[in-house]
Amino acid sequence: MPLTPTLSPQAGRGRRKPAMTTIFGVPTMALFGQLLIGLINGSFYALLSLGLAVIFGMLNIINFAHGAQYMLGAVTAYLLLNYAGLGYWPALILAPLIVGVFGILIERLFLQWLYRLDHLYGLLLTFGLALIFEGIGRNYLGSAGVPYTLPDSLQGGHNLGFMFLPNYRAWVIAASLVICFGTWFAIERTRLGAYLRAATENPTLVRAFGINVPRMITLTYGFGVALAAFAGVMAAPIYNVSPNMGSELIIVVFAVVVIGGMGSILGSILSGFGLGVVEGLTKVFYPEASNTVIFVVMAIVLLVRPAGLFGRRI
Amino acid sequence: MKRTLGLVALAASLACGTAYAQQKQIDVKVGVLTDMASLYADDTGIGSVIAAKMAAEDFMKKHPNVKVSVVSADHQNKADVGTNIANQWYDVDHVDMIADVPNSGVALAISQVAAAKNKVFVASGPASSDLTGSKCTANTVHWTYDTWMLANGTGKAIVKTGGDTWFFLVADYAFGHALERDTAAVVEKNGGKVLGQVAVPINNSDFSSFLLQAQQSKAKIIGLANAGGDTINSIKQGAEFGITAGGQKFAGLLVFAPDVAALGLKTAQGLTFTETWYWDLNDGSRAWTKRWDKLRNAAGKIPSMNMAGVYSGTLAYLQAVAAVGSAKDGKAVVDKMKTMTFDDPLFGKSTVRQDGRALHPAYLFEVKKPEESKYPGDLYKLKATIPADEAFRPLKDGGCPLVKG
Repeated sequence: MPLTPTLSPQAGRGRRKPAMTTIFGVPTMALFGQLLIGLINGSFYALLSLGLAVIFGMLNIINFAHGAQYMLGAVTAYLLLNYAGLGYWPALILAPLIVGVFGILIERLFLQWLYRLDHLYGLLLTFGLALIFEGIGRNYLGSAGVPYTLPDSLQGGHNLGFMFLPNYRAWVIAASLVICFGTWFAIERTRLGAYLRAATENPTLVRAFGINVPRMITLTYGFGVALAAFAGVMAAPIYNVSPNMGSELIIVVFAVVVIGGMGSILGSILSGFGLGVVEGLTKVFYPEASNTVIFVVMAIVLLVRPAGLFGRRI
Repeated sequence: MKRTLGLVALAASLACGTAYAQQKQIDVKVGVLTDMASLYADDTGIGSVIAAKMAAEDFMKKHPNVKVSVVSADHQNKADVGTNIANQWYDVDHVDMIADVPNSGVALAISQVAAAKNKVFVASGPASSDLTGSKCTANTVHWTYDTWMLANGTGKAIVKTGGDTWFFLVADYAFGHALERDTAAVVEKNGGKVLGQVAVPINNSDFSSFLLQAQQSKAKIIGLANAGGDTINSIKQGAEFGITAGGQKFAGLLVFAPDVAALGLKTAQGLTFTETWYWDLNDGSRAWTKRWDKLRNAAGKIPSMNMAGVYSGTLAYLQAVAAVGSAKDGKAVVDKMKTMTFDDPLFGKSTVRQDGRALHPAYLFEVKKPEESKYPGDLYKLKATIPADEAFRPLKDGGCPLVKG
């Protein structure tokens, strides 16, 4: 006997409501809505973990400043709007560029000395930088943050039947899918990406072929930082632009990267979206655990596959 | 040489005798334990420390024999961090009174520490009505506001204007649960119905999933049993998901003026809530705010009800210390506070009840529309005033063991 849907009480009372099916006590339609929201959150996780994975995979630096750079992207967008009169769309291109250049400065001034050392030094340095950026931000913006309005062209939304989907959130999913898979394609399937991957494995040999390895590495770090800033600009209209926005997210993003596999680009993208969905489902069935479910998953994955789901090295 | 020394010694010992003619010097140390960097930092934080220093300054002007010093620390919204600081302050650093402590979880812990060490806790920051209820102590005075007053002010007003079905977003710790419990009781007492609730981790940035559940409940009112950054995010994201466009309304159960400033009038307009102080309420408050603003020295900040509470509560405490003559016996000072009537330019006349509850009038405010705001900081319009004896939970209903009969 196939599963019979449980009918809602209204169904038999002459009201023209379609019968509601429920899964574990939650209406199916509601569940689809939550899954969609999970995908939206997953977009941010995917973008940020992609930047982290690129930086770690290519540079062997654990970039703890990633959350702060995400915050800097949002703050730059805010400053561009309030002091230069530039709205969301120019900021989407300018803010990653500005923060990316800033990232290149950091790499040239501090990080380049740490490549041959233990991972811990890079982590400590970037962690310190993160604290500095957040402190400065807190001094000028306050902890509650500042408002950043949705761009007019993306206001409003569509009623999909099972939920009301804001246009902006749909744009977030679309943009991050494009950027994430674009980056994956560039690294895994183009010649430039091949040089990058080769330079990570054996920089001396690649230099012997006449390729400027230090410049590639610098630009890669800048690109990773720009990815974080891009996520920051996208987050600015929906999450408050506050100095704490990065630190709240960065720990979860690290867990995502570990689950996906520390050096794997595709792993970080798929884990980002996947874990966003898992978190979304937890918020429906057991919301109190929604902060910790990703870490529980990380613990299980590490027990079963220590290199992560898609990782190649231990 | 010996004779000179002898004469000098005699003169010095005689000089000591004249000291009895002066008033006895009283030393008091106040510790402001607050949230400096997280979700409550703009509603308390540095602003609260400044308020305490202003209270110390104003008091010392009128009482030159009392020396008041103010220290501060960040409890980071963690009860263990707060308790460690309190222990250190009370035991080692000779702090006599702790003020502020936003975050009811931390406050309940500090209340126990103060009672154990016979010091004073002027709880001007936390909300939980349990501080003067089942968890009351003889060393704690609950200033400014509490969850019962918020529920009674805001909840009753909203139900009476037609908001009779509610769904709660609850911050998953002591404060959120206390606020939800007190508001649900008021809603049901006034003929409304609670359709459901969802517990959200504190300091959450994304409310979309919880707002969706609220939307699907079809409740007319979505009660926000959270505060600070959490309230700001809930309302912002609610606007995005078309909650208000779909006919549901938000009830901000604890909203501070800095939160409204952070949201902007366009998003926050029409929000109705209860507070016991607003910077633009009267001339005394305006003058105080001007002073505070100069000391705060940062653009675009406005003081919150909690900061005013730190000023008012600290001033009241110091007056009680002067009346008792010493700050050493915490219970004696609090007992003295319960017999005095205080008057300050911010809260007007306040009294302290047997269970430690300070009574102030409460005000129902509504956030202005953007076109109604005439100058920066012009955020609220006053809708109603609730007198002090009606605004707070009746003494007998609290379950406080200190209340006899």
